[in-house]
Amino acid sequence: MTSAAAVEPLLAVEGLRVEFPTRRGTLVAVHDVSFTIAPGEVLGVVGESGAGKSLTGAAIIGLIDPPGRIASGIVRLAGRRIDNLPYDAMRLVRGREIGAVFQDPLTSLNPLYTIGRQLVETIRTHLPMGETEARRRAVALLEEVGIPAAARRIDHYPHQFSGGMRQRVVIALALAANPKLIVADEPTTALDVSIQAQIIALLKRLCREHGTAVMLVTHDMGVIAETADRVAVMYAGRIVEIGPVHDVIHRPQHPYSVGLMGSIPSIVEERERLTQIDGAMPRLTAIPPGCAFNPRCPHAFDRCRLERPELLPAGATMAACWLRLQ
Amino acid sequence: MSPDNTLLELRNIARYFDVSPPWLDRILERRGRVTLKAVDGIDLAIRKGETVGLVGESGCGKSTVARLIVGLYAPTRGSIRYDGVTIAGEGVTGDARALRLARRGMQMIFQDPYASLNPRWRVADIVAEPLRAHAPATPRTELDERVVALLLQVGLAAADGAKYPHQFSGGQRQRISIARALSTNPHFLVCDEPTSALDVSVQAQVLNLMRDLSRTLGLTYLFISHNLAVVHHIADRVGVMYLGRIVELAPTRELFANPQHPYTRMLLDAVPDLEMTGKSRVAVAGEVPNPLDPPAGCTFHPRCPYANERCRREVPKLRAVGGDAHGEAACHAVEEGRLPPRAIPLAVA
Repeated sequence: MTSAAAVEPLLAVEGLRVEFPTRRGTLVAVHDVSFTIAPGEVLGVVGESGAGKSLTGAAIIGLIDPPGRIASGIVRLAGRRIDNLPYDAMRLVRGREIGAVFQDPLTSLNPLYTIGRQLVETIRTHLPMGETEARRRAVALLEEVGIPAAARRIDHYPHQFSGGMRQRVVIALALAANPKLIVADEPTTALDVSIQAQIIALLKRLCREHGTAVMLVTHDMGVIAETADRVAVMYAGRIVEIGPVHDVIHRPQHPYSVGLMGSIPSIVEERERLTQIDGAMPRLTAIPPGCAFNPRCPHAFDRCRLERPELLPAGATMAACWLRLQ
Repeated sequence: MSPDNTLLELRNIARYFDVSPPWLDRILERRGRVTLKAVDGIDLAIRKGETVGLVGESGCGKSTVARLIVGLYAPTRGSIRYDGVTIAGEGVTGDARALRLARRGMQMIFQDPYASLNPRWRVADIVAEPLRAHAPATPRTELDERVVALLLQVGLAAADGAKYPHQFSGGQRQRISIARALSTNPHFLVCDEPTSALDVSVQAQVLNLMRDLSRTLGLTYLFISHNLAVVHHIADRVGVMYLGRIVELAPTRELFANPQHPYTRMLLDAVPDLEMTGKSRVAVAGEVPNPLDPPAGCTFHPRCPYANERCRREVPKLRAVGGDAHGEAACHAVEEGRLPPRAIPLAVA
């Protein structure tokens, strides 16, 4: 499902830059990030902590905490520019057109309200429905996300649900107004592996049935491998490689992607040593000139230390690496 | 499996926690005491030089096992023997010197490298602390030399000893934790999720380091993790825990290629793997039950597709299964041979 060539992308991000002004100067957390998501497509965004993947997601849904701000770039949803909308207008986009699922299901729900009240409120904010009708829809949503005895459970409070069930409720909330896009930021990271499998299967099924596109932000390559159609690998605030999931996993082009794939232990393959990328990702205050990966890269040469590579076609994917030009 | 080779032995070890509400609440609400059986009867022998992995989902009691071994908790029942000395539980040795020596031989590495290092201490002091505790007579110069050697051994620089923990990244902090653990020349390391707080590329560095150290120093590890792939990579044998008990214990290759217990099979099917692009895995029904009120009989029976009347009544014991080469599983269905072959065997790459 390569949809990079699709005529009308659902989400188009161009040159996104997120900055944090600090006393010691401006930190650029997301640097010139561009990508598209086609309707119904699942785009995985991977990277290690501090790579800027969550901030990219937050920028799209307009939830960057001040003093952080989108310094430049354009975010278009179905052709309409949404990055410069006023707060109230963005509130209506969020929920109605873009749903959000966050890592910790306990903090995404209000502990003082029953989940039914939260669902009904969300539904009525975005859809022209009366109380009874909204409640009926809420029960149907809960049933759809696999909550047993939904008609009874709807009057329970978040603390009465287990972690996995809470994440199902959060997904029901995200789907409440039938959005075209869901931004899911580490939706399974807080969950045990058996529950994780349930939530992934659920997200996949719902998005297929509703035709919802997903931007799936996670550090877990395994989750991406079985969920995403395309994947973007982020490093130090930039996308270093983007392409169809199978190609990025099995034929990665950027040395960082190669190292990342090799460093993941597998349950089927036996290896004496894991591929090791020495060092750590640079801090935002000390991003090296040229390619940000050059101090850790086994193949770095002079050009890498001076000039920053742009995303260029490399095999089946796009990679930001000078090696691919040779 | 000669018994002489055993370094650590857990015999029917259990740890209960009293999690009752306060006395007055109990009286007013007419409720009794509440006991959490975090670990409920575990037998495990670890041989010299091997790495035993312990996996399970949150709340299964794997960290409690780690804490029991290093003496952070006292066992409610059972005993722990280390290198021929009973160090905890029933029949604990009265010989304080032997106990101290045994304790010196084992160290622990914790999950969170941010919380387990004192932020106000310099790295050199952190690394030297176990030595100061166990060998207070060590001269200052010898201590300094030892610290430098340890820092170099874990891939840090000698000059790093003068820095504070906040000057290091997560992976480097975990290296400091490892250096501290190695300072008393231990034979046995208990590692409780040592890489769970780290990014994958840094996790690979730490796992490679731990493997190198086990080879060069002949260390024995108990490696606790919720990540099956990590355990598959590092362990020689793996124990799978569920609600305070070990449900399967087998050599790593056997356990992953030919899992016996339905819970192990379920866990393996649930692990996302890079090889699984585009394939969908079998989602498992149900969740871990409340450990305060575990089901009777086999605690896995409410989620198990093969459960019958016996499973609901009788607690299964760990028994040898699947021939000599395999290991042990605690399952009536396996024992009675009514478990079908594994439904979806993973393609071995």
